[in-house]
Amino acid sequence: MLDLAYLIPLFPLIGFLITGFFGKKLKSEALIGGIASAAVGLSFAVAATLFFTLTGLPADARSHTTYIFSWLAAGNFNVDVAYQVDQLSIVYALIVTGIGTLIHIYSMGYMHGDKSYPRFFAYLNLFIFMMLNLVLANNFLLTFLGWEGVGLCSYLLIGFWYDRKFEGVNIRFTGDAANKAFIANRIGDFGVLIAMFLIYKTFGTLEYNAVNTAAAVAPPDAGIMTAIALLLFLGSTGKSAQLPLAVWLPDAMAGPTPVSALIHAATMVTAGIFLVARNATLFALAPDAMTVVAVVGVTTALVAATIGIVQNDIKKVLAYSTVSQLGFMFAALGVGAFTAAVFHVMTHAFFKALLFLGSGSVIHGMHEEQDIQKMGGLKKYMPVTHRTFLIGTIAISGIPPLAGFFSKDEILWMTFEHGGHGPMWIILAIAAFCTAFYMFRLYYLTFGGKERFDHHRLHPHESPVTMTLPLNVLAFLSVVGGFLGVPYALGFFASDHPNLLENWLGPIFSQANGILGRGEHHSIHAIEYVLMAASIAIATAGILLASKLYKEESEKPAELARKFKGAYNLLLHKYRIDEIYQALVVSFIYQFSERFLWKVFDVKIVDGLINGAAKTTQSAGESLRRIQSGVTQNYALLMIAGIVVILTWLAVG
Amino acid sequence: MGMLLVTLFLPLLGSAAMLFIKRDQSKALRTTALSVSVLSFLASLLLIPEFDRSNSGFQMVLDATWIPTFDAGFRIGVDGMSMLLVLLTTFISPIAILSSFGAIKKREKEYYFMMLLLQFAMTGVFMALDTFLFYVFWELILIPMYFLIGIWGGKDRIYAAVKFFIYTIAGSLFMLVAIISLGILYGHAHGGQFTADLIKLREFAPAIPADIQAWLFLAFALSFCIKVPLFPLHTWLPDAHVQAPTAGSVILAGVLLKMGTYGLIRFNLDLFPQAAFEYAVPISWLAVIGIVYGALVSMAQTDMKKLVAYSSVSHLGFVVLGIFSMTPEGVQGAIIQMVNHGLSTGMLFLCVGVLYERRHTRDIAEFGGITKVMPKFAVLFTIAMFASVGLPGLNGFVGEFLTLLGAYKSQFLNNPWLAVIGTSGVIFAAVYLLWLFQRVMYGPLENPANTTLKDLSRAEYWQLIPITVFIVWIGVYPKTFMGMSEMSTQALIGKLETIKFGKTSFPLIQKNPEAMK
Repeated sequence: MLDLAYLIPLFPLIGFLITGFFGKKLKSEALIGGIASAAVGLSFAVAATLFFTLTGLPADARSHTTYIFSWLAAGNFNVDVAYQVDQLSIVYALIVTGIGTLIHIYSMGYMHGDKSYPRFFAYLNLFIFMMLNLVLANNFLLTFLGWEGVGLCSYLLIGFWYDRKFEGVNIRFTGDAANKAFIANRIGDFGVLIAMFLIYKTFGTLEYNAVNTAAAVAPPDAGIMTAIALLLFLGSTGKSAQLPLAVWLPDAMAGPTPVSALIHAATMVTAGIFLVARNATLFALAPDAMTVVAVVGVTTALVAATIGIVQNDIKKVLAYSTVSQLGFMFAALGVGAFTAAVFHVMTHAFFKALLFLGSGSVIHGMHEEQDIQKMGGLKKYMPVTHRTFLIGTIAISGIPPLAGFFSKDEILWMTFEHGGHGPMWIILAIAAFCTAFYMFRLYYLTFGGKERFDHHRLHPHESPVTMTLPLNVLAFLSVVGGFLGVPYALGFFASDHPNLLENWLGPIFSQANGILGRGEHHSIHAIEYVLMAASIAIATAGILLASKLYKEESEKPAELARKFKGAYNLLLHKYRIDEIYQALVVSFIYQFSERFLWKVFDVKIVDGLINGAAKTTQSAGESLRRIQSGVTQNYALLMIAGIVVILTWLAVG
Repeated sequence: MGMLLVTLFLPLLGSAAMLFIKRDQSKALRTTALSVSVLSFLASLLLIPEFDRSNSGFQMVLDATWIPTFDAGFRIGVDGMSMLLVLLTTFISPIAILSSFGAIKKREKEYYFMMLLLQFAMTGVFMALDTFLFYVFWELILIPMYFLIGIWGGKDRIYAAVKFFIYTIAGSLFMLVAIISLGILYGHAHGGQFTADLIKLREFAPAIPADIQAWLFLAFALSFCIKVPLFPLHTWLPDAHVQAPTAGSVILAGVLLKMGTYGLIRFNLDLFPQAAFEYAVPISWLAVIGIVYGALVSMAQTDMKKLVAYSSVSHLGFVVLGIFSMTPEGVQGAIIQMVNHGLSTGMLFLCVGVLYERRHTRDIAEFGGITKVMPKFAVLFTIAMFASVGLPGLNGFVGEFLTLLGAYKSQFLNNPWLAVIGTSGVIFAAVYLLWLFQRVMYGPLENPANTTLKDLSRAEYWQLIPITVFIVWIGVYPKTFMGMSEMSTQALIGKLETIKFGKTSFPLIQKNPEAMK
């Protein structure tokens, strides 16, 4: 049964080939969208079947690898196309195909009438195929195939509307944003490549299980482990938009909204977390690298959350929110709370996909308007979108018993427990406060208050059922998803092991937990209840502040912006990180390449030398030519002179 | 063996046939040239079943007397590496000829004569197992190439043609001296009998004292590195590419440059291992500098063709780095990277040619938003670009990854920084190619001259689609191709490691021939 794992990526591949090659010929939108959605749906069905097969096996037998063929081999080096089904990869596969199916269905409504409809679904199917390779791979290199492959799809989909304008720093069109995303990711990929070289040199293989086991049994030099972990993490900062490579994600919003939901919120951007979780043992053996992961995560969480407070583009707010939430996940990984990170990946996939799809529904209903300052009062026009968006907003804010509360609270608690009992928790708590605030600001400005758009030009309407159905399903998941990870502290009303996800993922992280000295034992601390209450209070405070400022039309936000003009502008311009990169890195490299390397070094120096040598030869020839005057007397004279010189030389010598 | 001769001589016969066709019979000239070239490709395909993948030595060897005094013979044969490069040559040549149909309007008779002569000489270089014969083929290439640039080239074609000629011949004269010295040295050890027989020489040469090896090594290396071209000997390349007609660029990038890297393996590593150990590190540094330098300069270009030309400097740097890593991974990667570069860069030049045919300019600023009018072209251009960027799943990645992996772990180079700096090339490759694509294909269609451009013609499809097939094939299942050279590479590296360390780092087992298929 588990050998059928190859079917999971196979269906989307077939879907891609059909929609890609014959999409134009199929003509019917319903057929194209239907094939693409069915392909992912079938994958989900297979993944679910395999999941239930795994649950029927004993915990230590829940890992199975299916070899397809040998991909790259030379000398001792061999890498297979092989899929590994285990507790971690199946969770990811379920998220990817499950949410993927919903977003495919949604896209049938959202992309209706687009002239490149088949191309869109071909790309989406290709994305799912690549993402499944990423998570199901049994080795680094196949993951890397998926890793770059999802980057490709992200690039193609950001630039999907290739002739549209899109504003940003040094960005004029969607294509510029697509480039930025791909190149930022490539910087991260540089790290993954070097990590793979180092891993192969150290362990002689690139298979996950072999590498992690070898590292646990006989850990190499700590410096090597730190280098491997940091290089992998560099890749993660690219793919999962963490500082210093976070800059591409907000601009990735140039793509169609379903893409933002699927790729740039729910799945692809969590690949960085997957990479760390998959190699938890390697990271556990590199404590310094873990600290870096935690610090980067915490910093990104706060920085992005503060930027989110002042943005006015509905998708940009959600984009910064995503960056911030990913920061929470890395903070969890950094303190060794691997399960908590994966848990948040899951709940975040539910509510963030919901919020993005909701924003898509709003944009759809508002005829492509994205500025929340020009919205308001949409509640009555779009009841389903409104209701589900509100659920997503409450979920992300961390109000129990919705999904976000459980996962975020677990991260907060773990960073307190294992992250120095304070500083990290405080920063994340501030970020959580900002989250609740900017999300409710977004909610009120969009759906609440007065209508600030032109009634004669715009007629907001609710979206078709293909779009509202996925919203309802995701809203449901955002409500109940948290119960998969009920903390032990609240386990008194459930069984002995209320945290189902932790039990499930336990064997995956047991090696890493052993190295970190984390036991199975869970004692209930009074302080955990205190912190839990604090986190609810913080979320509530954020919501209350937002409602005070934005629930009714008022001058207060503008006043505040005037009062704290410096801070407001800094946040509005995203700490000017883009401008700094542009000036210090991009322009510098370009100017150096053009003005020195090319126009001076290549043309003047290297070519100058070559042409100089040629000229010297030529002019030498020119002068020597004059000797060949054809005047016999001169030749005779030279001959005599020569004889005299030779005779003198012989006589003297 | 027979098919080897057929593959080699068909193009020569074809070029002779050109002489008997009247010059105003444009259609007859074209179809003959194309059919001959395609037939030669089909003949080369018939070599595949004859080729034994489990054999590391030369196969289908033919040894005919030529100049007995010098023991120079008409000796040809193939091993895994040359087999792949012969196939690359016979595959790219008909595509280059096809791409000339629309582009070449003047002196067609001479043009196709030159193209077929070129194909003959290139195939010969990869088949020759005799130093004299190799040299003859090597120099023979200069003649058609000189005229292709000089007659059918762009505005500054004479400057470019002369530069190309002088650069190459300056290097190859050193090689000639080395070939003669090598024969004499062999004679000293074997009763005065000079030889040009490569099979005898490769047995003999590694035993030459290291200081003499060094001179011979450098003489060969200079000639080959100019051809590659290795930084800083590359400045003939951008001029040659920009001035050459599209087909000339395709051949130049697709096949000619590989003669340099082929020579480095066939002569420098195989004949002079002691010197190779000595010079591997400095040459690798030049390769790494070339990777980064070529990419950075490429980024600054405003002419599409020049951009792709400089990218070649960068891509060939990976090949040289892989070769001098002297690991099975690195050398196998280098060999497949030679093929890859021929395919993906050849395809990029074809794509530039497609645009040039329509607009008669290669200035990037003249374009923008072309996707709108040429959507099918956009798809194929995207594939060529990402193949060149080294995206996993397409061919470029396989070569780049293995060369860098080999360089990283190489005991001979013993310096991971070479690979680390080389890897930064993958970032820059994305920068210059994506940026090119974005400026040409994305954005709104603003230039009125571009609004009526036609999408790909049937002939253009036939140029681009076959290359695409192999780009994907090598990316997904490289074994079909790398399996050919696996045993030759293992034998070579095994030999080098044994000389240096007294043992090999990998088990030299004759793999089951069935499993290799």
